Amino acid sequence: MTTTTEAAPPEVIPLPPTKPRRKLTAYWLLLPGIAWLVVFFAVPMVYQGSTSLQTGSLEQGFRLTWHFATYWDALAEYKWHFVRSFSYAAIATALCLAVGYPLAYTIAFKANRRWRNVILILVIAPFFTSFLIRTLAWKTILSDGGPVVSALNTLHVLGITDAIGLTSGHRVLATPLAVVCGLTYNFLPFMILPLYTSLERIDPRLHEAAGDLYARPFTTFRKVTFPISLPGVVAGTLLTFIPASGDYINAQLLGSPSEQMVGNGIQKQFLNVLDYPTAAALSFILMALILGMVTVYMRKAGTEELV
Amino acid sequence: MEFNEIVDGLPEPVRKAWERSLTSGRAALTRRMLLRATVLMAGAGSLAACGIPPAKSSAGEVSDSSVKDLSDSEKVVDFSNWPLYIDVDEKNKDRHPTLDGFTAATGVKVRYNEDVNDNVEFFGKIKPQLAAGQDTGRDLMVLTDWMAGRLIRLGWVQRLDPANVTNAILNLENRFRVPDWDPGNRYSYPWAGIQVVVAYNRKATRGKPVTSVSQLLDDPELKGRVTFLSEMRDTVGMVLLDQGKDPAKLTTADYDAAIARLQKGVDDKQIRKFTGNDYGQELSSGDIAACLAWGGDLIQLRADNPDIEYVIPDQGYVASTDNLLIPARAQHKKNAELLINFYYQQKIAAELTAGINYVSPVAGIKDELARLAPDVAENPLVVPTPEMAAKVHVFRTLTEAEETDFEGKFSKLIGA
Repeated sequence: MTTTTEAAPPEVIPLPPTKPRRKLTAYWLLLPGIAWLVVFFAVPMVYQGSTSLQTGSLEQGFRLTWHFATYWDALAEYKWHFVRSFSYAAIATALCLAVGYPLAYTIAFKANRRWRNVILILVIAPFFTSFLIRTLAWKTILSDGGPVVSALNTLHVLGITDAIGLTSGHRVLATPLAVVCGLTYNFLPFMILPLYTSLERIDPRLHEAAGDLYARPFTTFRKVTFPISLPGVVAGTLLTFIPASGDYINAQLLGSPSEQMVGNGIQKQFLNVLDYPTAAALSFILMALILGMVTVYMRKAGTEELV
Repeated sequence: MEFNEIVDGLPEPVRKAWERSLTSGRAALTRRMLLRATVLMAGAGSLAACGIPPAKSSAGEVSDSSVKDLSDSEKVVDFSNWPLYIDVDEKNKDRHPTLDGFTAATGVKVRYNEDVNDNVEFFGKIKPQLAAGQDTGRDLMVLTDWMAGRLIRLGWVQRLDPANVTNAILNLENRFRVPDWDPGNRYSYPWAGIQVVVAYNRKATRGKPVTSVSQLLDDPELKGRVTFLSEMRDTVGMVLLDQGKDPAKLTTADYDAAIARLQKGVDDKQIRKFTGNDYGQELSSGDIAACLAWGGDLIQLRADNPDIEYVIPDQGYVASTDNLLIPARAQHKKNAELLINFYYQQKIAAELTAGINYVSPVAGIKDELARLAPDVAENPLVVPTPEMAAKVHVFRTLTEAEETDFEGKFSKLIGA
């Protein structure tokens, strides 16, 4: 039979792959990822970069004229949109952290195994419905005549928020507060999940050790738990802040004309006004500003142990 | 990168030429400089190559004859329409009796897609193919008149063959004829008409009727509980009428005056926001006391909440149409024309109107509609009374420069 003669003799042991070959394998494995990045990130970036420096109109066509003034004009016209985008996103991120940290802590340390999974599923459950539907639901929750607004009015909370400009006219919808609430709600899971993964890895014996060294629970948290969970905090804040500052759905559905964010401007310039250069320039400015802020933040917070 | 790597595999003469240009002659560059220059040139070239060519040159009427119409060999038509914009079978929501009737009558199968949610978004979606002179994969689509006008202006839709749409030529209601963006209906026929009216929630206004756009903008009792539409022509058109101007003849000064009036409403916080279709829920709950609304929506809203009322302002109201268009390079043009023709029979048009509650562009459907759905036939939001029809106005077609200018100003008004 031919098959037996073809079988390799057992004494031939294949040589271990040499070092350069191994290196090459790594690059081959990277290839799909790199191709993906090139096609869906690098090429569109170049395209948008070019668009932002073009002039023209749909009918006449757009030509690359290196018109850098578009950037200044866009920045001048939309400066307040940028301010709003970043302040709403920052407040929403802070609120997400305030709400998300205790919840992640509870899931990681207090809940037993079965409940842990149930709560985690509940955290992710909203993702099973569309972003749009979830945001529209807030219109019902925050409705002028609804229980939330009535309760806030009875407690005179809206009087205070009216005074500081967070709300107006004793209502919540179509005010900055509504937009911030929507952003906080929609991006909360992006905060909770990284927080949970970093808290869950903490060995409970560290807490016992801290107790043995006479640390009170709060000191344990401050000196042990929180510092170890810092990578999760950094990851969570980034995952919340970055998409929130580019969001436009919440401002569109829950805000009034005075709460529109830079994403709304990009959308309108791109789709309605058909001013592609301005839309592209705004996208680039947004990207540059976020990149700048994130760089400063990472320098301060440190990312060595980032998950 | 090494030189040998660059020239590796190149034919000998080319390789020699590379070597020469790198090492000798006037243009003796260092290898590094040359490589850098090549990279830079490639970079600049790729940036410049991204320019968007003028719309008109690439597609347009010239392409009509160059595309082979496959209608006779492939008995299908790809039809893109808005959601909930066609009759549905009571028992099976996926079936549309009028489309089934079309297939039975002509043997042409309809691949029906409800993928038009927004004029500008849909335009953004099909623009790359149309600009590149490619088939969009659609044979028929429904878009609002101003967008239809833009597509005609850009040369991105096909002329209809009059011989295939005889019903439409005969039965089109007179007031829908000669739109300024498509005189003689050479490219388009309306699918349905839309009317913009003033609506209010009687409970939220404590029984007080809201009768004009002025009242929307000025009544202090409505402060912060008024919305306008984010559709520029509908909102500005209604304000123009309120100011005694005809949106069919507007000038830039008229437009600016209307925007200034609205801007005051925004600054005074009289206007709560500008909405798309999402005003219904808030009007029903009373968060919005009064607003501009679309006639077709109101029928459903009023059925769900009897407190919702509507008024046709004395100053008039704005109407527009959604239109059937065949995109350039569509592969089943004749089948699409047959479908237009089919829907312009009175019996079919009445069936459609009873299903969607929007104004029918087909003349003489009243008897058939009264037989199918007596309440719909009596509803002025579907079959306008002669008094109403006398107050109807349309927003004139804008030039490209006006469109950019006006949309820019409107975007600023609505805060985006």
